[in-house]
Amino acid sequence: MSLKSLKNFPNKLIFIFILFTNSVQADWFALNMTRGVTDISNEVFELHMLIFWICVAIGVVVFSVMFYSMYAHTKKKNPVAATFHENTKVEIAWTIIPFLILIAMAIPASKTLVNIYDDEAGDINIQVTGYQWKWQYRYLEDDISFFANPATDLDEIYNLVPKGENYLQEVDEMVLIPVGKKIRFLITANDVIHSWWMPAFAIKQDAIPGFVNTAWTIVDKPGIYRGKCTELCGKNHGFMPIVVKVVEQAEYDEWVGEKKEAAFKMAELTTKDWSVEELVARGEDVYALNCVACHQTAGQGIPGIFPALAGSDIALNNKARHIEILMEGVQGAAMNSFDYLSEVELAAVITYTRQAWGNAKSGDGEIVIPKDIVDYKEPKI
Amino acid sequence: MSSAVENHHEDHHHGPAKGLTRWLYTTNHKDIGTLYLWFSFAMFLIGGAMAMVIRAELFQPGMQIIEPEFYNQMITLHGLIMIFGGVMPAFVGLANWLVPMMIGAPDMALPRMNNLSFWILPFAFFILLSSLFMEGGAPNFGWTFYAPLSTTYAPPSVTFFIFSVHIMGASSIMGAINIVVTIMNMRAPGVGLMKMPLFVWSWLITAYLLIAVMPVLAAAVTMMLMDIHFGTSFFNAAGGGDPVLFQHIFWFFGHPEVYIMILPAFGIVSHIIETFSRKQLFGYASMVWAMLSIAILSFVVWAHHMFTVGLPLAAELFFMWATMLIAVPTGVKVFNWIATMFRGSITFETPMLFAIAFVVLFTMGGFSGLMLAITPADFQYHDTYFVVAHFHYVLVPGAIFSIMAAVYYWIPKWTGNMYDERLGKLHFWLSFIGVNVTFFPQHFIGLAGMPRRVPDYALQFADWNMVSSVGAFLFGLSQVFFLFIVIKTVMGGKKATAQVWEGARGLEWTVASPAPYHTFTTPPKID
Repeated sequence: MSLKSLKNFPNKLIFIFILFTNSVQADWFALNMTRGVTDISNEVFELHMLIFWICVAIGVVVFSVMFYSMYAHTKKKNPVAATFHENTKVEIAWTIIPFLILIAMAIPASKTLVNIYDDEAGDINIQVTGYQWKWQYRYLEDDISFFANPATDLDEIYNLVPKGENYLQEVDEMVLIPVGKKIRFLITANDVIHSWWMPAFAIKQDAIPGFVNTAWTIVDKPGIYRGKCTELCGKNHGFMPIVVKVVEQAEYDEWVGEKKEAAFKMAELTTKDWSVEELVARGEDVYALNCVACHQTAGQGIPGIFPALAGSDIALNNKARHIEILMEGVQGAAMNSFDYLSEVELAAVITYTRQAWGNAKSGDGEIVIPKDIVDYKEPKI
Repeated sequence: MSSAVENHHEDHHHGPAKGLTRWLYTTNHKDIGTLYLWFSFAMFLIGGAMAMVIRAELFQPGMQIIEPEFYNQMITLHGLIMIFGGVMPAFVGLANWLVPMMIGAPDMALPRMNNLSFWILPFAFFILLSSLFMEGGAPNFGWTFYAPLSTTYAPPSVTFFIFSVHIMGASSIMGAINIVVTIMNMRAPGVGLMKMPLFVWSWLITAYLLIAVMPVLAAAVTMMLMDIHFGTSFFNAAGGGDPVLFQHIFWFFGHPEVYIMILPAFGIVSHIIETFSRKQLFGYASMVWAMLSIAILSFVVWAHHMFTVGLPLAAELFFMWATMLIAVPTGVKVFNWIATMFRGSITFETPMLFAIAFVVLFTMGGFSGLMLAITPADFQYHDTYFVVAHFHYVLVPGAIFSIMAAVYYWIPKWTGNMYDERLGKLHFWLSFIGVNVTFFPQHFIGLAGMPRRVPDYALQFADWNMVSSVGAFLFGLSQVFFLFIVIKTVMGGKKATAQVWEGARGLEWTVASPAPYHTFTTPPKID
């Protein structure tokens, strides 16, 4: 350390100290579970605090005796140990008393659990499907469907730019629900097991392929609530946020109208005449949202796990198989069917991967238009 | 060797062979115990190095050192290595060294199988670790390897992982059978079941648990193998299978496995507290009954790991109540230890410090376990850092502190040398501080909402993660210091007496220090 920096050292130390205490103060509330915004989440919070304080009380009593013993019954103070080594009455007491305490805990816990399992149909039913690594939401009554993709920029994750306020807790499209209505979530998964956790509602329900789990909530307070996937689901498990926006009924109705209109416009696009450039441009976006996590930005894949698309024979010369893989997935491999994407998106992303990374030059360079996807689907209907 | 001279009338002298073949061919329970202990120490350091990588990546938000893909490999291998390579072989090593000496037997009942059960272990872990260098990388699906992430979506190395788990299982089953047969058949006359030292009791129960559940683990990985290579669909919903079935099978193994890693610790701590309190253990019979009840209950609580998979209400209630019930026998054990200390004549040598820390910190892990048992609250805790804090509290200052306590307590008997008390105490305090600084803040970040098994996290968790990482580096470094202390003690030191500790009770303290290569070739006389 140079002399000059030494001179500044105390100042620096104070600065670091202030920084540290500030951040500790700001995070003081992050020590405990939050109450959440539903009746159930409040009940759960009360239960959590009750059990916590019972444990603290037991701990204080038990460890006081132990610490007293460590203080008063050392060899110095008590050279000759007592000789007792059993006492039936005491032993019965410390078997029965904990048992009674446990019953006192089990009663409120069981009551809350029964309340949580009151699972009648909701006013609004939303199917939640976990994918590697995003969530799909389908509003069953209104026939709305969309994906909520993680929206944190890779540059933030790799520390190239400062991290935003909602780092790793932001998505490109929030789930909207109205206040005061009973919402039922039907939770499932498309590939591996995920888990849909919304701490503010005290809902955590595993999303399991082939199964539909249910959870419900009634939220009283409008706001934006953030949660995460909580079951290890592969590479990007840590980057799979959940964001729910709770709004007044009127705003919700307006949003539903907009979503329906957008879906109609999307359907119209299928019959439009597409140029290669348009398809590639759109396909690049689709690729970035759906494919890049495995097949990587330059289509190089990850050797041994995810195959390369750049220079792949199918992407070069086999258009039919290319469409088939996206529609059906690959049996026994991580590649799933993407038939849930729109015809436009599928055509665009296939065209993009057949054009990008020099694939167009080395292969037949054939493009795929939305009609090709429609035709692929036709014979099966 | 003086015993060699005394035993001159025997046909020929049985000392240890020389060189490498002594360790390769050995059927001596003390040699095999030593092998197990060194092996587990090596695995502990390797698994620990992986924990350092994990904590280094989590030191700050953002990806700094490794990629998410490799992070998942690290958490998977860290878990597998610490459980199957660190804690379990360490306890088997202690059992090998101590069980025959504690019951007055000359050796283990099945010495050749003993050799085999050890020597297949290094191969199992060689296979597991070599998967790091395979195409697609090492297993990356967590030590709980839930299907279908571990089947359809697994890297190709999963097949090697399955083979490796099979070998570990075979080793454990052989070790367990050996211990049961030894305890049931080779106790010296007068050592009745209810006169056995508690460490022997704890291992008898543990061995039965192992025999009961390791085949279940073998079944789970075999079904995975079939799904991956032979077209079955046990866990594949698309083929009519059930991914939740995997979790039921896994945790039917997994929960007793948790107690396999803690029951021998109960035995060890009972001996050490008794010795350094200079007072007979309080409630011997209730200690035995408590361990038996814990073992039996461990078979009916597995689904408390699965409260969020969508079980019916009746199942949630049953598994919550059954799990809470475990607090009763566990409480009895803690009360007995404290009653043993009460009005004792206590000194605080290193083994006692570790044992007291065990009682306090294990109980804290028990409290968080009780909180986790409360199903509605578990919906908030499940798969967050609160769970990570919980199971590390019962495994690190629980199981691992008990192993360290055991090493300090019995190493004078093994080597004939006393360890350096000053260094031992320093090691204790470094470990004690390190472990709490590492894992206590994880309760906070878990309750505040940080999921487990993530390589990166939101900004509100940054401060406590940094504290946790600093604690982990301190704890990790202190274990290198522990290695130094152990080597120093093996190399030399103050000579130990046969009794070693003033208050020690049990047959192992009646033989010389270091314990002769063969002990109790004729059964000792028990009053």
